[in-house]
Amino acid sequence: MESSVQTLGRNQPSPLLASGLGRRRRAVNAAMTVLIAGAFVLAMIPLFSLVFEVAKRGIPGLSAEFFTEDARGVVGGGGAAHAIMGTLIITGVAGLISVPIGIMAAIYLNEYGTGRLRRALTFFVDVMTGIPSIVAGLFAYALFEIFLGPGIRLGVMGSVALSLLMIPIVIRSAEEVLKIVPDHLREASYALGTPKWKTITKIVLPTAFAGLVTGVMIAIARIIGETAPLLVTTGVVDSMNTDPFNGRMQNLAVYAYNEYRSPGVMKQASYDKAWAAALTLIAIVMILNVAARLVYRRYKTEIR
Amino acid sequence: MLGAATKRSQPETEGKKGEMTESRPNTATSTEPAAVSGRGAKTIETRGVNLFYGDFHAVEEVTMTIEPNKVTALIGSSGCGKTTFLRSLNRMHELTPGARVEGTVTLDGEDVYDDRVDPVAVRRLIGMVFQQPNPFPTMSIYDNVAAGLNLNSTKVSKAQKDSVVERSLRGAHLWDEVKDRLDKPGGGLSGGQQQRLCIARAIAVEPEVLLMDEPCSALDPVATLAVEDLIGELKNRYTIAIVTHNMQQASRASDVTAFFNLDETGKPGHLVEMGPTQEIFTNPKKKETEDYVSGRFG
Repeated sequence: MESSVQTLGRNQPSPLLASGLGRRRRAVNAAMTVLIAGAFVLAMIPLFSLVFEVAKRGIPGLSAEFFTEDARGVVGGGGAAHAIMGTLIITGVAGLISVPIGIMAAIYLNEYGTGRLRRALTFFVDVMTGIPSIVAGLFAYALFEIFLGPGIRLGVMGSVALSLLMIPIVIRSAEEVLKIVPDHLREASYALGTPKWKTITKIVLPTAFAGLVTGVMIAIARIIGETAPLLVTTGVVDSMNTDPFNGRMQNLAVYAYNEYRSPGVMKQASYDKAWAAALTLIAIVMILNVAARLVYRRYKTEIR
Repeated sequence: MLGAATKRSQPETEGKKGEMTESRPNTATSTEPAAVSGRGAKTIETRGVNLFYGDFHAVEEVTMTIEPNKVTALIGSSGCGKTTFLRSLNRMHELTPGARVEGTVTLDGEDVYDDRVDPVAVRRLIGMVFQQPNPFPTMSIYDNVAAGLNLNSTKVSKAQKDSVVERSLRGAHLWDEVKDRLDKPGGGLSGGQQQRLCIARAIAVEPEVLLMDEPCSALDPVATLAVEDLIGELKNRYTIAIVTHNMQQASRASDVTAFFNLDETGKPGHLVEMGPTQEIFTNPKKKETEDYVSGRFG
C-alpha cells in the first residue's frame, strides 16, 4: 500500500495538478467576469446619464413658484402646481379603480379559477399588459364620448385610460404574490373549519400583504408618467382643477410635453419648466419605489 | 342528518366555552349529551371508501372503524394512500382539484359526505394537524391559537378567549414555554414548539376527532417524544387517527394499528389488516403485515 502511494507520487503528476485545467479555467472565469461586469456598466450608463441630465437641466426650473403657482394667464412665469396636483389626482383615481379590480381578479385567478376559463383570462391579461397606451387613451375617450358628446375632456377619463394600463399590471403582480402563499396555510385554515372566503381575507391576503402593496406601488410608478393617453382624455389646461369630474386637468407629463412643443415668448423659461416637470416626475417615481421597499421590509412575512 | 347536528353544534360550542371559562372540565362531566364515551369523542366509520385523483385510483375499498378515545395509527409504505385516506375523513381530500371520493364516511352514524352537509362544518368537528408545522406567519402565538375562534366568527369575550388560549396551550404542553411571549410571532418558535402550537390551535376549536398527518416527521427525537406524550394524553378527550412512517412511533403511541399497502406502484392502496397495536406488531394475521412491521420491506 505504502509503496504504491510512493510510486504514484514519484512517477505521475498529482491528479490535482494534472492537465493544466486550473489555468485555463481561471482564464475563462476572468474573461467571463469582465464580460458580465462590462455589460452591467453598459446598462448603467444610459440610466445614470439620463438621471444626471434631467437633474442638470431640471434644477434651474425648480422654484417655490414652480410648486405653488399654476400657469394661468402668465407669460414666461407661472408654475406647475396644477400639473402636479392633476398627476396626483388622475393617478390616485386610477389607483382607486385598478387596485380593487386588479386584486380581486388576481384572487379569482389564483384561488377560484380553473381549467380553460382561467387559462383564457390569464392570456387576455397578458395581452392587456401589451396594449399601447394611446389605444387605452382612445378607448377611454370613445367610451366617454358616447355619453358626453365629442370633444369631452375630464380628469376621470384619464384615470379610466390609465386603469386600463394599470389593471393588468396589478393582476399579474398580485397573482404572483398570491401564488407564493403556501397551500399548507390555506389547508391549516380549512382544517379549522374556516370558510374559503375567510381563509382568503384573513390568511392569504395578510400573508401576501407586503407583496401586494409593493406590486401596486410599482404599477402606479409605471403609469404615472404616461403621456399619450392623457393628451386625448384630460386635455391641456393652464389653470388648477381639482375636480376630476369637471373640466380639463393638467398633469406633469403633458405639461412637460406642452412646454416643449409650444414654448411662449420666453423659450428658455418654458424649456426649464419642462425639464423641471420631468425631474419632478422622476422624483415621484423614486419616492414610490422607495416607499414600496420600506413597506415590503416592514410588513413582509417570513414564509418557509 | 349531520345537517341538523351542525346547526345544533353552534350553541353547543358556546355552551362549552362558557363551561371552560370556569375550570378545565373533567373528562366525563361534560354537559354535552352526545358524549357518552368521554367528552366529545366520536366514532368514525368508513365503508367501501375509494379515493381518486382524476383518473388515478389512490385508495381502494377501505372499511374501518376508528374508535373514540383511542389512538389509531395508519402505517404503510410511501404512496399507499394513508395520508389521502386521512384527508378524506374531514373532507380535505376534495380540496385537491380533480379529487373524488366514493363510499361512505360516518361520524357517529352521520354521513359526512351527505349532500346537505357543509364540508366546513365537518372540519370544525374533525380537526387536523399537518406534517409540516404550519402556524400562520402573520399572527402572534396567541392569535394562532385563537385563530379558529376568530376565523369562525364565534362571538367570544376577551376573557373567554384568554381562557381558551391558555387551556389549549396547556393541553398542548406549550403554555410554560410561551406564556411570557404570547404576542410574539408563532414562526419564531422551534419546530417542535411550532407543531405543539398547531396542536393547540387544532384543539382550541374543540373538535371531536383529531387527525394527525405524520405530525413528528419534521421534528427531532426530543420534540417527537413531547408530541407523543401529548397524543397519549389527548386521547382521553378525542378520537385520534395518526399517520406515521415511524413504526416505533406507531407501537409506542397507538392503541390500534391499521396497515395499508399497495400491490405495486400505480395500483391503488388498500387496507391490509387492522387490529390492536400489540397484535399487529407481535402476531399479525397476514404475511404482508409481518414482513412490513419486521422491516423486511418498506
